Amino acid sequence: MQAPVQLTISPRLAKNIRRNVKERMIELILMLAALVAVATTFAIVGVLLYESLSFFKTVSVVEFFTDTQWTPLFEEAHYGIMPLVSGTLTTSAIALAVAVPIGTIAAIFLSEFASHKTRETIKPILELLVGVPTVVFGYFALFFVTPLLQSIYPELPSFNMLGAGIVMGIMIIPYIASMSEDAMRAVPMSMREGSYAMGATRFQTAIKVVTPAAVSGIVAAYILAISRAVGETMVVAIAAGQQPNLTFNPLESAATITAYIVQVAMGDLPHGSIGYQSIFAAGLVLMAMTLSFNIIGHWVRKKYRESY
Amino acid sequence: MEHKASVLENLADVRAMIKRHKRNDTLFAAIGLLCLMFGLVTLMLLFWQLIADGYPKFNIDFLTEFPSRRAGRAGLLSAWVGSLLVMVVTFLTAVPVGVAAGLYLEEYAPKNWFTDLIEINVSNLAGVPSIIYGLLALGLFVYMLDFGQSILTAGLTLGLLILPIVIVSTREAIRSIPVSIREAAYGVGATKWQVVYDHVFKYSYGGILTGIIIGMARALGETAPIITIGALTFIAFLPPSPITTEPPFLNFEWLSSGFTVMPIQMFNWLSRPDHAFHVNAAATGALIIIVTLLMNGTAIWLRYKIRKNIKW
Amino acid sequence: MATVTTAIKAEARDLNFFYSNGARALKGISMPLYENKITALIGPSGCGKSTFLRCFNRMHDLYPGNKYQGQIVMHPDNTNVLDAGVDPIEVRMRISMVFQKPNPFPKSIYENVAYGLRVRGENNKRIMDDKVEEALKGAALWSEVKDRLHDLAFNLSGGQQQRLCIARALATDPEIMLFDEPTSALDPIATANIEELMVELRSKLTILVVTHNMQQAARVSDYTAYMYLGELIEYDDTDKIFTNPGRKETEDYITGKFG
Repeated sequence: MQAPVQLTISPRLAKNIRRNVKERMIELILMLAALVAVATTFAIVGVLLYESLSFFKTVSVVEFFTDTQWTPLFEEAHYGIMPLVSGTLTTSAIALAVAVPIGTIAAIFLSEFASHKTRETIKPILELLVGVPTVVFGYFALFFVTPLLQSIYPELPSFNMLGAGIVMGIMIIPYIASMSEDAMRAVPMSMREGSYAMGATRFQTAIKVVTPAAVSGIVAAYILAISRAVGETMVVAIAAGQQPNLTFNPLESAATITAYIVQVAMGDLPHGSIGYQSIFAAGLVLMAMTLSFNIIGHWVRKKYRESY
Repeated sequence: MEHKASVLENLADVRAMIKRHKRNDTLFAAIGLLCLMFGLVTLMLLFWQLIADGYPKFNIDFLTEFPSRRAGRAGLLSAWVGSLLVMVVTFLTAVPVGVAAGLYLEEYAPKNWFTDLIEINVSNLAGVPSIIYGLLALGLFVYMLDFGQSILTAGLTLGLLILPIVIVSTREAIRSIPVSIREAAYGVGATKWQVVYDHVFKYSYGGILTGIIIGMARALGETAPIITIGALTFIAFLPPSPITTEPPFLNFEWLSSGFTVMPIQMFNWLSRPDHAFHVNAAATGALIIIVTLLMNGTAIWLRYKIRKNIKW
Repeated sequence: MATVTTAIKAEARDLNFFYSNGARALKGISMPLYENKITALIGPSGCGKSTFLRCFNRMHDLYPGNKYQGQIVMHPDNTNVLDAGVDPIEVRMRISMVFQKPNPFPKSIYENVAYGLRVRGENNKRIMDDKVEEALKGAALWSEVKDRLHDLAFNLSGGQQQRLCIARALATDPEIMLFDEPTSALDPIATANIEELMVELRSKLTILVVTHNMQQAARVSDYTAYMYLGELIEYDDTDKIFTNPGRKETEDYITGKFG
């Protein structure tokens, strides 16, 4: 066997410097574009923290989390975030109470009972509905659902969390249905065949085999839906009321975190005032809530993706 | 379950059980259909109601008049022009950056912690509530960079907002291009960029377009971030025209102009106590829905067509 | 060893190859490729024959972590194409490749063939037209497609697509052409066409072909190499390998006792 000899490189095969530099430049430009995503995250966190820090120079963290009133724009100002959190959680809970059962059952129907043709028709419609702008849903809450509820329960105020929550729920149904259906479709056919071979019916197969197998995907859909409900702005800003109110009673009017931010932004608060800073502190709380739901949701979904 | 043995012995019992199970099947199918229809039909009814409410304003004047104190005369001119101009800025920021980022992550990025960081970032950004983008824009664009409450600020904000949508759809479209095509191109001596541009990008163009349309539809309907940067709601003027009659024929003053957009105009009108304005709000809502549904419908149709045409 | 009557176009010298997971796929392979001859690589699947073939045009560079050790010297340059100072793109311009499955681009027939010229910056339409015609004739496809050069390549049959891929590889006048099981996805008639074509191409260039089909190796090649578990077991005249192999392992494989 011949020992490797060091050879010279013929110019016809040598590295083309100009071409390599050009390729490197292109790669660099593309990488900078990808870095915009990272920069955006840092900018969001940076801006929220920066303004919140000024806010927490005036307001103690303890007061922020324990005071039961939120009145930063009043003469006698209180800075307790809890009334806004309660409004956010109540409207989100109503939305989920509507969307989770209906969305899940619709998904099971679509995945296990509907014919191929029905599914192929309905699925795009669901995707279409996910894209409807939310300001439109605010209109529905204010002018259809609340009047309808008032005809059943006349004492209901015009701005209330129930109407806003229900509409938000209707808004989220296509989202949950579509994502859960995806999870159920991902369950391999062999599992269903195994169940049918034992003499199980469609319903038994759907409930006892497919749903449990797809459970983490379905749960991920719920969690991402919660995050969506918590961060939803226009429906609650329009229909749930603008008054911070520490209550979990859906029949009352109450502001959410998002509605408060909209209310302040609509007004004319000077840059740097405590009122201006307060929306960033509220935003920071909102960001922390949605981020934790998103992380859990993605984690759960990743787990189910790995399982097949 | 504890009666299993005896049930199986008795044929009549088995038949009764099967019958019962079949009844459950039908019952559940009915409930399922009902739930599905509840979701779909309610939404359809609401859209229909919105169109019916806004019907009196479905005329050309509504699109050519400025907003007014008098509901009957008020129109959408400044709002739809504002939406259009904001969308131009959004398109010009989100599309090049998003597509480039998608190409980088899918074709160039090495598998390491840094790439993981970018990926986690993108998927998290997709879940950040839109109003948070509004706060980012208020702090960063309006005050720190001093862009003011302008079309530029709004366009950049929505551009960042839809960036994850464009990136994710670009990556998904690219992923469907088989390795064999890339190897074929490398095999005849193409450089990486030639492979990426001549093949990967060109063949996934349809899928990328789908994502862009969905993103733009989302941007068109977004309200919260635009309110947060403090867009004015009563605008009775148009921004300076981007095209002029004198050289250089382009004018960028419109970028720093004040503006309003259609969803904000709708929000403004439906917050008024006077019912006459609610008709305007409904008409605006109907217009927004029709345009976004058309855009999303086009995107979904396009995606369906691409799926059907895949030949590899 | 065969008596050397022709020039050596390229030779592997003590070539080792490691995949990114650390697996050693080639173990000290040394063998020449003779100019204007067809050399066939045979062996059971997983023996490293495709891995070896893909070293010649540095295809392994596309995936991070892969490592070459040793040399593949190309003549007349007397240059190790695996050297870090060598541009893999320049290598691929002179050593082209035909893949296992036909992989035309979703472009027109014309653009498929012209692509190799375009990446070299060729824009002259007349030169391009001539080159495309020449390559399609060289791949015995011209008469079948000359009236529909601007049709999508996907509309061709599998055999035609593979000949189009050969035309694409031919258009840039390569010196060596690598065939990675080029007929494994084709029917017998298309296979016969491709084999005939390879024999014709031999006058223009040097060919290295991986095949899992021993009859094919016997039919088309001048030299045959038998590989097993990343090692070169035997390399000789094709006639000798198939009639009177020097090694017991080769004989077992060829007679079907194993593999």
